[in-house]
Amino acid sequence: MIRDITLGQYFPGKSPIHRLDARTKIIGTFLFIAEMFVVNNFWGFLIAGTALFTVIGISRVPLKFIFRGLTPVFLIIAFTFVINMLMFDGRVLWHWWIFTITYEGLIRAAFMVIRLVLLIIGSSILTLCTKPIALTDGLEKLLRPFSKIGVPSHEIALMMTIALRFIPTLMDETDKIIKAQQARGADFESGNIFRRAKSLIPILVPLFISSFRIAQELALAMEARCYHGGEGRTRMNEIHFNKEDIVAAVLMTIFLGIIIGSRFIA
Amino acid sequence: MSIEIKNLKYVYNPGLPGETVALDDVSLTISEGEMVGIIGHTGSGKSTLLQHMNGLLKPDSGHVFVDGECITDDKTDLVDIRRRVGLVFQYPEYQLFEETVVDDVAFGPKNLGIEGEELKKTVREAIEIVGLDYEEIKDSSPFELSGGMKRRVAIAGVIAMRPSVLILDEPTAGLDPTAHRDILSMIRRINEEKEITIILVSHNMGDIAKMCDRVIVMENGKIVLEGRPREIFTQDALLESMGLDVPPALDIMRKISKSIDGFTSSALTLDEAAEDIKEFMKRKK
Repeated sequence: MIRDITLGQYFPGKSPIHRLDARTKIIGTFLFIAEMFVVNNFWGFLIAGTALFTVIGISRVPLKFIFRGLTPVFLIIAFTFVINMLMFDGRVLWHWWIFTITYEGLIRAAFMVIRLVLLIIGSSILTLCTKPIALTDGLEKLLRPFSKIGVPSHEIALMMTIALRFIPTLMDETDKIIKAQQARGADFESGNIFRRAKSLIPILVPLFISSFRIAQELALAMEARCYHGGEGRTRMNEIHFNKEDIVAAVLMTIFLGIIIGSRFIA
Repeated sequence: MSIEIKNLKYVYNPGLPGETVALDDVSLTISEGEMVGIIGHTGSGKSTLLQHMNGLLKPDSGHVFVDGECITDDKTDLVDIRRRVGLVFQYPEYQLFEETVVDDVAFGPKNLGIEGEELKKTVREAIEIVGLDYEEIKDSSPFELSGGMKRRVAIAGVIAMRPSVLILDEPTAGLDPTAHRDILSMIRRINEEKEITIILVSHNMGDIAKMCDRVIVMENGKIVLEGRPREIFTQDALLESMGLDVPPALDIMRKISKSIDGFTSSALTLDEAAEDIKEFMKRKK
């Protein structure tokens, strides 16, 4: 189940989207997220959705991957839909006990769900088409100007790199521990919620200890190679803006204009 | 108790970019009381094979029979299979989690519903068979022990379930020579005293040559060789092509045979080598 989360999982490729500078993609994604809150009618979502799926098409990431990222958040989406559906006054379509569904509620619920789905897909494109390392490098560069006012841009980027780097390691570790405890007859699937929560202890304790061990080993290895923070550190691969990034920037600006324009349709 | 594996096939990440065939038409039989070694390069499918033997993984095709009972059926009681086929993973000390050694060893039998005096007796027996002093160690925290002791506690945790087959994946990896020797003699003791069938995976060819009745060599998800240690380890060229070694004793004896006239030896273990040298010295006199 843990393996189904696409967020933070890179899908290797050589498409123009993959080749864009990470900074362009980060800014683009944040812009897209902001734009989703600017949109105030379904036309806007239609335009945004078309643009989003065009980008997915160009990136050549299979749709299966993109939608798999939605499955873990399905509950949240369903919850949003139900809450919105029940919380709006207006033309009553259905009524039972304390529950009332209105026409406006339904529209509102659909609107919120579309927004949520677009937000999730939009942000997973960033992580699907950008190597985690490129992503943190990009973020470090973007945050660099703020280091003057005390934002530790290098440290933030390093922490993210390490966190991303250890997601697969810790997942493997969890998998191994689960299997080892299963081999000792542990049962994680039956019983009520308290029993199940308690059955997690044999997984969590060893996982915690392993994380500390891994962290300590990494810290030692870094110190042994003279790591002393970001000051004066050079990098092997400098990142540059290319022609493609300029094209992307122009397209993104046009898109922003269209989205703002869409507010005035109908 | 016997394990029979028929035409096992298992694929990791089917249909995804990382698709790999981990097991490809593997068939083998392990009979009661045997001590079988499995060797192979990293990624040859050894660990995947082990996890099929107690139902942790379900094959894509093929069957596994434990004592004639097919465990790849949907209706098999997996907990019971896991009791009978004990699996000790690599670095088992990383799965310790309880506050005291006794509690940790009792985790397995407790899951099987063993209680009271019976539980105490089982735990005590398991701790003693791995060569630890029960009274001395029972209330200490497993995290305060040395590496070799931790590993023995973890193995005791599996033995406490009273399996009839014990599978050990690299039980000596990363241990110092003394702890290494202790673990090996412990495995032998378990095999002989408790009559538990042992399946041993190791990269240490010396251990395999010394301990096992039969050796299985795996490469790319297939069984490529199977036989007595002597039959396997005399095929050095083939082993080398698979990135495997011969036991150090054999290697040294070969070198000595080359440089000393009249001396021949195909000893696999140090004891055999010493015997051959003694024999040769006697003849020379």
